[in-house]
Amino acid sequence: MISNFINGLVDYEFLQNALVTATVIGIVAGVVGCFIILRGMSLMGDAISHAVLPGVAISYILSINFFVGAIVFGLFASIIITFISNNSKIKSDTAIGITFSSFLALGVILIGVANSSTDLFHILFGNVLAVQDFDKWLTIIVSAIVILVVVIFFKPLLLTSFDPNMAKAFGVKVNAYHYLLMALLTVVAVSAMQSVGTILIVAMLITPAATAYLYTKSLSKMIVLSAFLGAFSSIIGLFIGYSFNIAVGSTIVLTSTSIFLISFLVSPKQIHLRKKVLKA
Amino acid sequence: MLEVKDIEVSYDGITNVVDHVSFSIDRPALVGILGPNGAGKSTLIKGMLKLIPSKGELFFRGQPLKKMQKEVAYVEQKSAIDYTFPITVRECVSLGLYPKLRLMQKLTKKHWQQVDAALEKVKMVEYKNRQIGELSGGQFQRVLIARTLVQEASLIFLDEPFVGIDATSEKIIMDILRSFRDEGKMIMIVHHDLGKVDHYFDEIIMMDKKLIAYGPTKETFVQSNIIGTYGAALGLGVL
Repeated sequence: MISNFINGLVDYEFLQNALVTATVIGIVAGVVGCFIILRGMSLMGDAISHAVLPGVAISYILSINFFVGAIVFGLFASIIITFISNNSKIKSDTAIGITFSSFLALGVILIGVANSSTDLFHILFGNVLAVQDFDKWLTIIVSAIVILVVVIFFKPLLLTSFDPNMAKAFGVKVNAYHYLLMALLTVVAVSAMQSVGTILIVAMLITPAATAYLYTKSLSKMIVLSAFLGAFSSIIGLFIGYSFNIAVGSTIVLTSTSIFLISFLVSPKQIHLRKKVLKA
Repeated sequence: MLEVKDIEVSYDGITNVVDHVSFSIDRPALVGILGPNGAGKSTLIKGMLKLIPSKGELFFRGQPLKKMQKEVAYVEQKSAIDYTFPITVRECVSLGLYPKLRLMQKLTKKHWQQVDAALEKVKMVEYKNRQIGELSGGQFQRVLIARTLVQEASLIFLDEPFVGIDATSEKIIMDILRSFRDEGKMIMIVHHDLGKVDHYFDEIIMMDKKLIAYGPTKETFVQSNIIGTYGAALGLGVL
């Protein structure tokens, strides 16, 4: 089975593209995902990944690359959610629920109106085996930029995630970093659409990060481990999906979940917590 | 030295939770902000620092807040800080250096020595590689004070720093705060334990949404002001 996968990698360009794209997405989603879970924004990741759908449809109608429309709509959704949360007594999870379901519904209608050959199923669930050269390179470049931005702004991102009021007190623009993170999240969600689809992106963002959290004491180490776990899940998921001819997006997500479940049982933090509970 | 002008905070636009509070303090001091639960003590600090929408202004050494923000240190109630965040004690203290660092500037050996020296002062150096979630409440508060030490701020705000901490930690923290005052800094502390007011603070601000009184502790912490702030029942019991 492994030799079959390796032979496939040697012989087929589509499988090479899939491996590179899925691995790169695993890495970048793992990096950004750490900030998402630490800021309690997992639902926001889910919302934005769903909200990009109308952007994809409009991009098709206007004959432009789907990245452009998707990013515009992803950012638009994050602005709406933040605005509703900050300017009303409605809680953010409610604002997220209203926004993302509306955007998703709009996206389904627009795809129908556009009479698009774009397969809705592939947008919703991904098809990494159909990734073209151009999209592969676009994913690599966009992911490199996202990681570079995280490296450049690591200090303020850490500070505003851990103690936003301390940061605000000495003049850091906390809201600007919130929107920067939203922009990165949108870009990653759009990139990952090809690999796991809009429905499952949130798993790529939060599961490797949550697993890494169980093993690490500092954010920088958590990010490195999360990126590694994201890449590893993508490779193993692709291998399983290709070998058994099942949806690769789902096998990537389930691989990631399996690693989390094992870690939940054996990681030092969980063992420590169980001992504490037993003592109490 | 510190002038606070007409701070007003309202969450609903109708009722003020901090109602036109003004005061000034003209010497480096340990300042206690006192009042009953719900008096708006923490909100006053947040309003002064513009952490929440508020009206009014703060001037320190003649400068408005915007021009001296890097001089400000704020330590929130420790219950409001994410205790489970993946950050070690040493990294947490190093955050105090961030206002002085450029965006991509790495911490040098000298910076880390500064961090370790601050941890030494709060007697936490042996815990430096632990994650903050592994500390007791008092130890965590000491780490937050060490962060303020490395920040070298001149205007320091602490929100209920002594809640839920052990006597050793409280003594270590008070000693450091007194040394801050002796170096010419201004330290504002939201505090609720009236038994230690005389012992801890040079100046006090007494409030219950509105300002009741402010000034040197000996002259201000008197029965009439305590009754005005907390009501008659408590006022008769404290002094």
